[in-house]
Amino acid sequence: MAEPTKYQEQMHLMQKEMMGRYFDEMTRMAEGGPGQSAYMLISGNPVELVRAFDFLPIYPEVNALQIAAKKQALPFILKAEEMGYSIDNCAYVKADIGCFFSGRETPFGTIPLPSLILCNYVGCNVYLQWFEHLAEYYPAPIFNLDVPFVRTESGEPRPEDITYVVRQLEDLIELCEKISGKTLDYKKLQKIVALSGETGELWSKIKELTQRTPSPFDAYFDSVTMMAPLYCLRGTEECVKFFEVSYKELLAKAEAKTGPLPEERFRIVIEGPPPWPYLRTFRDMFSKWGAVAVASTYSTVGGLWEFGFRHDPLRPLESIAQHMLQWNVTNRNFLQRYEQLRRYVEEWSADALVIHSVKSCRLFSAGQGDMREYFTKELGVPTLLIESDLEDPRYFSEAQLKNRIDAFFESLEHKKLVAAKA
Amino acid sequence: MIPSKGGIQMIYGAGVDVGSTQTKAVILDGQQRIVARALIDTGANVTRAAERSFDEALRAAGLRREEVAYVVGTGYGRYKVTFGDAQITEISCHARGASLLFPKTRTVIDMGGQDAKGIKIGEEGDVKDFVMNDKCAAGTGRFLANSAEALGMPMDDIGPLALKAKNPVRLSTVCAVFVESDIMSYLGQGKKVEDILGGVHSAIAARTIALVRRVGIEPEVTFTGGVSRNIGMVRALEEKLGMPVNVSPDSHFVGAIGAAIFALERAASAAHAGTAA
Repeated sequence: MAEPTKYQEQMHLMQKEMMGRYFDEMTRMAEGGPGQSAYMLISGNPVELVRAFDFLPIYPEVNALQIAAKKQALPFILKAEEMGYSIDNCAYVKADIGCFFSGRETPFGTIPLPSLILCNYVGCNVYLQWFEHLAEYYPAPIFNLDVPFVRTESGEPRPEDITYVVRQLEDLIELCEKISGKTLDYKKLQKIVALSGETGELWSKIKELTQRTPSPFDAYFDSVTMMAPLYCLRGTEECVKFFEVSYKELLAKAEAKTGPLPEERFRIVIEGPPPWPYLRTFRDMFSKWGAVAVASTYSTVGGLWEFGFRHDPLRPLESIAQHMLQWNVTNRNFLQRYEQLRRYVEEWSADALVIHSVKSCRLFSAGQGDMREYFTKELGVPTLLIESDLEDPRYFSEAQLKNRIDAFFESLEHKKLVAAKA
Repeated sequence: MIPSKGGIQMIYGAGVDVGSTQTKAVILDGQQRIVARALIDTGANVTRAAERSFDEALRAAGLRREEVAYVVGTGYGRYKVTFGDAQITEISCHARGASLLFPKTRTVIDMGGQDAKGIKIGEEGDVKDFVMNDKCAAGTGRFLANSAEALGMPMDDIGPLALKAKNPVRLSTVCAVFVESDIMSYLGQGKKVEDILGGVHSAIAARTIALVRRVGIEPEVTFTGGVSRNIGMVRALEEKLGMPVNVSPDSHFVGAIGAAIFALERAASAAHAGTAA
């Protein structure tokens, strides 16, 4: 059995240190320290704008997944269910609401109360209600950013869509000025947007590395190391520095032809978020078969940079609007999601597609049956559809998942054998 | 070292299929003929069930443990087949086993105690695609078992009785738990038991076919797993599919048969590797 190789290089130490500082700042704020916080959502987040007003961005999703990864989610989920949230309700929402009403203390820090509840609603109407609930429970000003779905065939937003979002960003600026007592420093915003542009460039170059064989890192399981700074610290110098270090290290690995496993036997693309309460167990189910993810849609929830999008300091608000409208996976329609996955399979030379469906997220998971059909029947790409949950440990059935994953790789192995004989 | 009998080299492979409800063991000879089979209830001690079924099959075959060259474990308890040489999922095993019994099989419908699956297979019995029920026992043996219990009937009797249904009821649920209250309500309305059972079988057949259609249904269709012994379910599937369905008296041993085929192949390649070395 192939064990994943352990690597704790500079990028990992740096990430730990940076995120540690971020969580410490959060805790200090929660304990009455100076500063203001803005609650935000990951999907296509406009972190640049809140950073321009020195708000500390707080992502309840990041908190929820950290809670799940530390195996603390269930008591919070049950707390929310006691309050009346349905068993079918998004488990991220329940973990966060449960935590909110249990003192906001987590194993990684205490969550401060919000100065601004910014519902940068992209792709999910449950999320809209989540933040509206938070605003009801805690009287901070709420701002709902309405980001329309892209309806054009080309996948490009219409000019009026961009204008519509930019106008809202201008309204948001007014609100931020009121809450923070600061006037927007346009130059500062441009500087932050420029740093985001640099981060996007480096992240995109890192993602290109997984086109190589073997892939220097797992684009699903290892990407999460880079995703936290990408959301929480994007638009800062240290974030750019972190991505420079990461690129250098991962490039060296690629040049040395080393990957996350001793042997890369299958290259897969993964769609859907991971089961955070059982991340390690889940990863082992793939490692056992020598399967490495070379691309993932999950790593594009907060932003999709590998197809060329960059934040532009000369058009800060327009490029933030474009990021929200077009360049994150959750605001893309199903055909665009197919296209994204198809490009991954082809350009990243993958053997198969694995769809991890989320039980408590019907909105994002509905349609994955059709997706599976499209890839198996139309494109002839072997596709596995499995289901558990991103947050709720009760939906993780190890025996069932193992059975499906093992059977899938048994059939891929047979295919490989036949191909080798021919 | 392959044991010989009367100067002819004899090779045996065994498959042990540890299911959620029953454990099956099959021993095949070198020509892929079944020389023994055993069927026992799995119970709480899975490893013990695997051992017992294998011992029983050995006894039936008149073989000693060391005369079986290779053992493959399959089913949910495959990792508990501690004496096994390898573990292979029952999806791959059902595909191979069905292909041995009915070589023209292209679609396998397997209904076990807790699982319902559809497997699309190639000419060699290789898995092309598969689908399974998720986190829900609708459309599985458990659904039938709960229905039988609600009616106070033995499992073996419900299939034949379902065939006598004249006006099958329409169940409002395919949930294996809620079906009991549905049945109670129909009994309360004075519906005939055979009509209720007709409805039960029809509901599961429809649910299962909807699942299997996701991989595409190509003839021939072979029905495997414990539920394939239920004639009512065989007929319900045939009626809804509009085509005949292969069923063998050994249909519920198909997983174990497939595992035994893999065992024979691996024994052969191990022997070959031994010769080569």
